[in-house]
Amino acid sequence: MNSSSKSRLIDRLDALYEYDREAVDEGKLYGWRTFIAMFSSEHIAGTEFVLGTLLVMHGVTAFDVFVGLAVGNTLAVLSWAFMCAPIAVRERLTIYWQIRKIAGPYLTIIYSGMFALILCLLAGSMVNVSTTAVTLPVNILSPNYAAGQTVPSVPWILTAIGVGAVIAVLAVLGFERLAHFAKVVAPWMPFVFVAGAIVSLRSLGVTGTGNFWQIVNEKIWTGIPRPGQIHYGFWHCVGLAWLCNIAQHMGMGDVTIFRYARKWQMGFCSAFGMFIGHYIAWICSGILCAAFVHSQLAAGVSDPNPTPGNIAMFGAGYAGIVCVLLAGWTTANPTLYRAGLAFQVATPNWRRWAVTLAAGAIMIVTACIPAILHYLDRIVAYYGLFFMPLGAFIFIDFWLFPRLGLARYYAEQKGLLMSWPAAAGWFGSFGICFLLSAKDQYQSMGWINNILPAFLANYKSDLFLQVLPAWLIAVTLYLVCSLIQQKMSPISQEQTK
Amino acid sequence: MTSQTKYILQAVSFAGLALSAFSAFLVFGGILTKEAYFRLMEAGMLMWFGTAVFWIRKDH
Repeated sequence: MNSSSKSRLIDRLDALYEYDREAVDEGKLYGWRTFIAMFSSEHIAGTEFVLGTLLVMHGVTAFDVFVGLAVGNTLAVLSWAFMCAPIAVRERLTIYWQIRKIAGPYLTIIYSGMFALILCLLAGSMVNVSTTAVTLPVNILSPNYAAGQTVPSVPWILTAIGVGAVIAVLAVLGFERLAHFAKVVAPWMPFVFVAGAIVSLRSLGVTGTGNFWQIVNEKIWTGIPRPGQIHYGFWHCVGLAWLCNIAQHMGMGDVTIFRYARKWQMGFCSAFGMFIGHYIAWICSGILCAAFVHSQLAAGVSDPNPTPGNIAMFGAGYAGIVCVLLAGWTTANPTLYRAGLAFQVATPNWRRWAVTLAAGAIMIVTACIPAILHYLDRIVAYYGLFFMPLGAFIFIDFWLFPRLGLARYYAEQKGLLMSWPAAAGWFGSFGICFLLSAKDQYQSMGWINNILPAFLANYKSDLFLQVLPAWLIAVTLYLVCSLIQQKMSPISQEQTK
Repeated sequence: MTSQTKYILQAVSFAGLALSAFSAFLVFGGILTKEAYFRLMEAGMLMWFGTAVFWIRKDH
C-alpha cells in the first residue's frame, strides 16, 4: 500500500466519525432511565440462550453459577462504573477518537477492522440462534455439534440464509423501526426466560425451597462436564461473566455511550443489563437446558440437542420460539449495522448498502458453522482479551500519565501514524496471555512448556482467568515503552497543543 | 393518544406480563397443565405485543 492510499484510508476513517470529533454538548445529555432501558434491552440477546446452556455442559456446580456469576457480573458493573463511565463523562469523546489520539490512526484501523469481523461473527451466532427457532416448527433438525454434526443440512442452511438475508436487508434499509420494536420486545423476554425456568424446575422434580438446592446440584449444575467438554469451575463463571463484555467496560468501548451521561454514576445502570441478562437469563437457560436433556433421555433419545429453539419450545411453547427468534433477530440487526459501518473504512468507493450486504454475507456464513455456537464462550473470551488492552491504555493515559509527568495523547501531539508502545502493549499482552493459556489447552502447543522457566511452565491458566494478568501486562508494557519513547523524544513547546 | 387510552393499553400490557409469570407458578404448583400454560403464554405474548408497541416511545 503506497503512502497516498494509506492517507486516503485514514481520511475515510476520520470522515466516518466526523460528527463524533467534538465533545458532546451539555444540552444533549441523558438521564438514568435512558441508560437503564438501553442496558436492559442490549444485554438480553439470543446468545443468552447459548451461554447458560454451555455452563451446564461444562459441568459447573450450582454454587459456581449462583455465586460465581454474581461475583463476575458485579465486577463487570464496577468496571463500567469506576473505569469506563468516569473517563467518558470527562472526555465526552468516542472510543474511536480516544484510541486515535493515543495509538495513532494505523492501530485504530486495525482495531476497527478486527472489531467489524468479530461483530459479523457475533451477529452470525445470533442468526444461528434465530434459525434454530424457525426450523423447529417445520421439522428441520438443527445440527448437533456435540454429536459430531459439524455441517448443517441443506434445508437448515437455506433457512439460515433466509433469516440472515432479512436481517441484512433491514440493516441496509435502516433499522429505526426495528430499534423501536427491540425496545418493545426487551421487557417481555425476561418473563419468558423466568416462566420457562419455573416450569422446567417442576419437571425436574423441584417441589419447593426444601429440595431446590439438592435437585439443582443433582440434575442441572452437577459438577460433571458432558463428554468432550472442558471442566469449568467457580473462577470460569466469574471470568465468563466479567470477560464477555470486557471490550465494552475495561476495554472502554462504552465511552461512546456514556459520553452522553449526565453523571459518571450512571455507569451503575449496567447492573440492569448484567443481572437480568447475564445472571437471571443464564441461570434460566441452564435450567431449561437440563430439563430438556432429562426429558429427552427419559424419552429414549440418546443424543439430546439442547439448541435455543429446542429448550425454549420445551419451556414456553410457541411463546418461547418467538422469544428465541426475536432475541436473535433484534440484537443481530444493530450488530450487523455496526459491523458494516466499521468495514466501510477498508472498502474504497463502496456504498454503505454494499458494505452492509458484504458484512451480511460473512454473518450468514458464520451462522452456518455450528462450531461457533458450541465454542461461543471461548470466542467471547478471546474477543474480550484481544480488545481490552486498548481500553487499559486509555485508562492509564488519563489517570497515570499526568501524575508520572508523561504527556497525554502523545501519538496525536507528535503526529505519529502508529504508537509503538501501544502496539507492543496490545499485541504483547494478547500474545503472552494466549500462549500461557494455549500451552495447556492445545496439544500442538505443549512444546512451549519445555522452553519456559519452571514457574511459568507450572502456571496452569485458562482464558477466563486471564483478565487481570492481561490488563497488568498490557499496562506495564505500555507504560515502560511510553517512558522510553517520551524520554527519547520529548514533546517540544511547539508540539504541545 | 389520550392519557386514558395510554393507561388502558399499559394495563393490558402489564396484565400480559403478569399472565406469563402467574401461569408458570400455577404449573409449578400443579394447578395447571403444561398445555394450558403454553396457551396462556401465547395469550400473554399477544396482550403484550398488541398494546406495548403503541405506548413504548421511540428513541430520539
